[in-house]
Amino acid sequence: MTYILIFISAVFVNNIVLAQFLGICPFLGVSKKIETALGMSGAVAFVMTIATIFTYIIQKAVLEPFNIGFLQTITFILIIAALVQLVEIILKKVSPALYQALGVFLPLITTNCAILGVAILVIQKDMNMLESVVFAISTAIGFGLALVLFAGIREQLSMAKLPKGMQGTPISLLTAGLLAMAFMGFAGIVK
Amino acid sequence: MSKDSNLKVLLNGLFKENPTFVLILGMCPTLATTSSAINGLSMGLATTFVLLGSNVVISLLKNIIPDNVRIPAYVVVIATFVTVVEMSMQAYVPALYESLGLFIPLIVVNCIVLGRAEAFAAKNNVFRSALDGLGMGLGFSMALTMLGTVREILGTGKVFGFTLYPDKYGMLLFVLAPGAFIALGFLIAIMNKLKKA
Repeated sequence: MTYILIFISAVFVNNIVLAQFLGICPFLGVSKKIETALGMSGAVAFVMTIATIFTYIIQKAVLEPFNIGFLQTITFILIIAALVQLVEIILKKVSPALYQALGVFLPLITTNCAILGVAILVIQKDMNMLESVVFAISTAIGFGLALVLFAGIREQLSMAKLPKGMQGTPISLLTAGLLAMAFMGFAGIVK
Repeated sequence: MSKDSNLKVLLNGLFKENPTFVLILGMCPTLATTSSAINGLSMGLATTFVLLGSNVVISLLKNIIPDNVRIPAYVVVIATFVTVVEMSMQAYVPALYESLGLFIPLIVVNCIVLGRAEAFAAKNNVFRSALDGLGMGLGFSMALTMLGTVREILGTGKVFGFTLYPDKYGMLLFVLAPGAFIALGFLIAIMNKLKKA
């Protein structure tokens, strides 16, 4: 039951992009087409899950026993950067097709604050290993959902006539605001 | 770039290349920490400190760091300054530390910091890099404070804690997530309009 709650909470109620403001850069950057949005969500889901597992192990096995929790930020960002690089190399070798699909998005992920955010959040929320993994996967699904919905709206929007000042970023932000408002409707389902 | 005067380097970040309104970088902290003017301002100042520190150090080390590993090296420098900010805020302003929460460690992945390291500090001398860091940081702080002020006034009728009108007339929406997107959208639209005029 806990896992289902974690899932619903992470996907709808506390959606990572629309309620917690993490990963806004890729959300605004790669949401012009549904295709690229799907590719980005796939890459994020992949890296987020692996990164959370690794950072969790490091936190429990190294940082906490040696009482060096203040090194958390430095350690985590280095793990994520190394991991992204590693995933890229392995993917290139093992599955060229998948690499073709996700390749361009991988380097961008290092600076996606959602990855580091989730890694730190699971530690702050004191989750256990399995809960962390479920949380990471659900968060990634929530990210994908928001990204694909947003890309769908933006594809329509690109044909609309807009005042000059509103073109580009401003209208995207307003759209995101309306989308966030819709997601507020889920508030209260899970505490 | 090298022909510009020092003053121009400083002002560049404030207006012409304002990180928030023009470059649209570092959106996550911009939206997340501006529920009130004071939160926006403190987030801006924390980021300014990191920008200034990392720009100076990276500019000093630019000839020592091998080109291949420069990004990881920059990230370590930045993460060090972020840890300094994090620990000092936890010690001296615990209330602020609580309300900014997760977004202090996340300064590490703020694209502005790495962006300036790569685009400016790696190519310029220490003094100019410091000016650039300061200008960018202040431009970021200015944008965050503006957004925080707008959201606080519309949402709760207060600004920096002073009551302008009773908060029962406030639109709660602007303190919540959607208001952040909408307020920033309109602010950027106004900036675009002013720039063209």
